[in-house]
Amino acid sequence: MITAPADALEGGFSEAPLQSARAFREILEAMARPGTIRRVQGARPPEPLSVAAGVALLVLTDPTTRLHLAGAADCPAVRDWVAFHIGAPLTAAEDADFAVGTWDALQPVTRFRIGQPDYPDRSATLIVEVDRLVNHGPALTGPGIETATWLILPETAAFRANRALFPLGFDTIFTAGDRIAGLPRSTRVEAI
Amino acid sequence: MTDQAYNFAYLDEQTKRMIRRAILKGIAVPGYQVPFASREMPMPYGWGTGGVQVTAACLVPEDWLKVIDQGADDTTNAVSIRRFFQRTAGVAVTEATAEATIIQTRHRIPETPLTEGQILVYQVPIPEPLRFLEPRETETRKMHELEEYGLMHVKLYEDIARHGQIATSYAYPVKVEGRYVMDPSPIPKFDNPKLSDNPAIQLFGAGREQRIYALPPWTEAVSLDFDDHPFETSKAPHNCDLCGAKDSYLDEVITDDQGGRMFVCSDTDFCGGRRAAGHAGRLGGDQKSSKTFANSFEGIWPGAEVAR
Repeated sequence: MITAPADALEGGFSEAPLQSARAFREILEAMARPGTIRRVQGARPPEPLSVAAGVALLVLTDPTTRLHLAGAADCPAVRDWVAFHIGAPLTAAEDADFAVGTWDALQPVTRFRIGQPDYPDRSATLIVEVDRLVNHGPALTGPGIETATWLILPETAAFRANRALFPLGFDTIFTAGDRIAGLPRSTRVEAI
Repeated sequence: MTDQAYNFAYLDEQTKRMIRRAILKGIAVPGYQVPFASREMPMPYGWGTGGVQVTAACLVPEDWLKVIDQGADDTTNAVSIRRFFQRTAGVAVTEATAEATIIQTRHRIPETPLTEGQILVYQVPIPEPLRFLEPRETETRKMHELEEYGLMHVKLYEDIARHGQIATSYAYPVKVEGRYVMDPSPIPKFDNPKLSDNPAIQLFGAGREQRIYALPPWTEAVSLDFDDHPFETSKAPHNCDLCGAKDSYLDEVITDDQGGRMFVCSDTDFCGGRRAAGHAGRLGGDQKSSKTFANSFEGIWPGAEVAR
């Protein structure tokens, strides 16, 4: 008999409809206003995933989305947790709809799907675990931003290259602890 | 009171996740129509099933929901959708634009400027701006892919050739962030300037056509035009007969069979707010509730029932 580790059964939403609704609104605000930092709650995923990454996975992924676990996130505890709470098929980076991991673990990011010219929505969303999220760093401009905003980024070159592919490209959600920020492909990142 | 027989906001969680993913992709590619697996809703197609699904995917219990149909809070479509969410999500509802956190709309943008933190959800009948020019989905998709929008300019040019001006007065196409041409749903072109650089999030849902698209806040949406025929808004050249507003979009109301007519704000909350603040138009001297006003067309005046 196969038994899942007891802690894999814990850490999901206790009231999924309400918790995922509130979390989605935060994620929507974060993606619609790139650079704004929001807080989410309700998930307790296993190490090394942050609360925010766990919430993003619970809200956005399910058995119809292919998920790539990158680097340290690809561990038995996370795999069991994803299997029980989400049921998303795990896949290679090239096929993924969603990917989660640190920026280093996700490299090279050019292997992720960027959509097709006629279906730019068929692209990957990267959930990037970072140490901290602060409004200090390269300037961001574009849709969702009134004049300019600033956000700490792991690097700028990859996001500038991604913007150059518009309307193709991947979209990024940054997570740190219970904090979350969005960087859709439409955002222009200042060169530093 | 929430109807416990339904999940929060009616839709099941799997459906909401699918819609939420589509909304986020729509936000990431402003103006691009994201296909989604639209569900059967307990109302017919054409009655806002797309907008209802988008609203359901965005609602939180703390929301204040406003629903308008051509600007009015008290018309059939608005009342039934508002009741639907009161019953299935238990959210608070309001008619005040400034108080609402989510506004679902059919064919109008409220007169009161929207603010950050608000979401405007449009009900869209035909999301494809090129559909009446090119019926084949395979072709319109290719045209968006190649940014080939010459056909739309030909259509506007033919308007000018035939009528001397651009005769398109609603569902006036806009170009979003210099890339996708988008149908703003059948809002009057009077509302087009409000699409651009709006602080609120604007989401568009087309249920029958299974498309979701979006304008993030502060996104540029330029109404298509020509250098020698620039885009112009239009409205009836009158003031509101109830509140006297000079700059709001007006409905023409036939009041009798003798050629009598009046013009009233299409945005009932805006008009009511102005009248409550003491503004009055040609016929708006005495304060009438919207119900009394509606009854007046039936010949039912307050006390008339008693008199009969």
